[in-house]
Amino acid sequence: MGLFDQKLSTLHESLHNKEISVSDLVDESYKRIGQVDDKVQAFLTLNEEKARLKAKDLDDKLGTNESKGLLFGMPIGIKDNIVTKGLRTTCASKILENFDPIYDATVMHRLEEAEAITIGKLNMDEFAMGSSTENSSFQLTRNPWNLETVPGGSSGGSAAAVAAGEVPFSLGSDTGGSIRQPASFCGVVGLKPTYGRVSRYGLVAFASSLDQIGPITRTVEDNAYLLQAISGVDPMDSTSANVDVPNFVRSLTGDVKGLKIAVPKEYLGEGVNEEVKQSVMNALQTLEKLGATWEEVSLPHSKYALATYYLLSSSEASANLARFDGVRYGYRSPNAETLMELYKNTRAEGFGEEVKRRIMLGTFALSSGYYDAYYKKAQKVRTLIKQDFEKIFESYDVIVGPTTPTPAFKIGENIADPMTMYLNDILTIPVNLAGVPGISVPCGLSNGLPLGLQIIGKHFDESTVYRVAHAFEQATDFHKQKPQL
Amino acid sequence: MSRITAEQVKHVAHLARLAVTEEDVQKFTQQLDAIITYAEQLNELDTEHVEPTSHVLNMKNVMREDIQSEGLPREEVLKNAPEHENGQIKVPSIIE
Repeated sequence: MGLFDQKLSTLHESLHNKEISVSDLVDESYKRIGQVDDKVQAFLTLNEEKARLKAKDLDDKLGTNESKGLLFGMPIGIKDNIVTKGLRTTCASKILENFDPIYDATVMHRLEEAEAITIGKLNMDEFAMGSSTENSSFQLTRNPWNLETVPGGSSGGSAAAVAAGEVPFSLGSDTGGSIRQPASFCGVVGLKPTYGRVSRYGLVAFASSLDQIGPITRTVEDNAYLLQAISGVDPMDSTSANVDVPNFVRSLTGDVKGLKIAVPKEYLGEGVNEEVKQSVMNALQTLEKLGATWEEVSLPHSKYALATYYLLSSSEASANLARFDGVRYGYRSPNAETLMELYKNTRAEGFGEEVKRRIMLGTFALSSGYYDAYYKKAQKVRTLIKQDFEKIFESYDVIVGPTTPTPAFKIGENIADPMTMYLNDILTIPVNLAGVPGISVPCGLSNGLPLGLQIIGKHFDESTVYRVAHAFEQATDFHKQKPQL
Repeated sequence: MSRITAEQVKHVAHLARLAVTEEDVQKFTQQLDAIITYAEQLNELDTEHVEPTSHVLNMKNVMREDIQSEGLPREEVLKNAPEHENGQIKVPSIIE
């Protein structure tokens, strides 16, 4: 068994008992990256020199009586749209190829305080726009379970690195499913927190009203520990919520007796693969045996979520990405004589296909004469989608369904057709529109590819989401299966 | 019927400050048309009396004290600028 097959609390214990050192953990991470990353290609940038120095520092501290938190000395991978001071941050875009951030994201400060060690930056779809990580400008990340298939996206590197055992845990970001979908495809645990739970300061913005940073881990317990470390209000992000952060790990009681589960019929309808449906039905049986009850419900506006999402997220993206103009940082086109040419050529040469398509869509939806018909209309439908969830949560504790309609697809299979690619996120997008938390936990295999169970909770009720996910995980063996690389 | 014309695409590309080739224009016209056609399904819904959502938590006007603090050091800021001179970021001349 590899070191990273153990959960964080076990590794922590081993550090405490001096059976291993922090340097051992960091060594293990780089050794594994050396062994498998030429196949998986999860990492864009490594932080090896600084990580090893930090490990030595922490090993010195290990001998002292100073109290050490659970993340002390734990190696972590970071999605490359989270800015890291002095460590190249590219968003997998040519326009930021040599960007060297001069400040740290708030989540990086929190990890620094917890004394976790940054191993490197992880590949993604350019500016988090995509569902397969094929939109990276730099490299193709592969699914560790089957190298011919995609890892999902946009946090494909973050999920693949954890599944491949390169790091025990990582951070991703989720705007329409970008943590949960790759977690599902790679057989790991990924949580999108409630909007406002985690500070977005230093997360390169894609769609500010939807984006959240969240943890990707091997187990639900590890996930809860990582969320604990990064949660909380932040003066640098006025959309972070000033609400109490409960002790998430304490909610992992294994007890789901009397829990009321809603199962939306729209999440098991047309387009959802039969094996995926079966895995969800099996999971519901497992939860029933543990004492929960479930009923079929309806989220009637689900079918409008995809159109709503693409209008709103692209509109926000078109505004957020206006800052990449070749003036203050990033790529600058050498082919420009006027300032206007500089803007236009820099952006045309620096952005990839999908990013341009969404900037175009968003600019169109916000433009004079179309704003009311598209952007404002979508904002109104967002209200209806949010109300669907509020209504269900009046009578139920959680909503359960699949994370994705199918298991991981083949590399290249959907790249030519944006609409088919977008359909991948149809079960995860409504969660972002409503701002509620959702997790994906492994719930089966289909032809050797992992499937994910999605558990959705009320605003700021990650505790119940974790409790259900943990009870399910402990009653099954899916999380113990590992890809052979 | 096509909802989006090549002329519109060129106009939007200008607003978005994106240089486009004729080939790009053709492609975007087709792709945006497909996406917009898909999005028209929202018109099935009567939303006349529905409030738009801009923030899911209904947060409003988050205020803080206006406290003076240090700015970023100039050398640091210039570090990522593609071109700079005498401590200033340089762009092509904008005044004749």
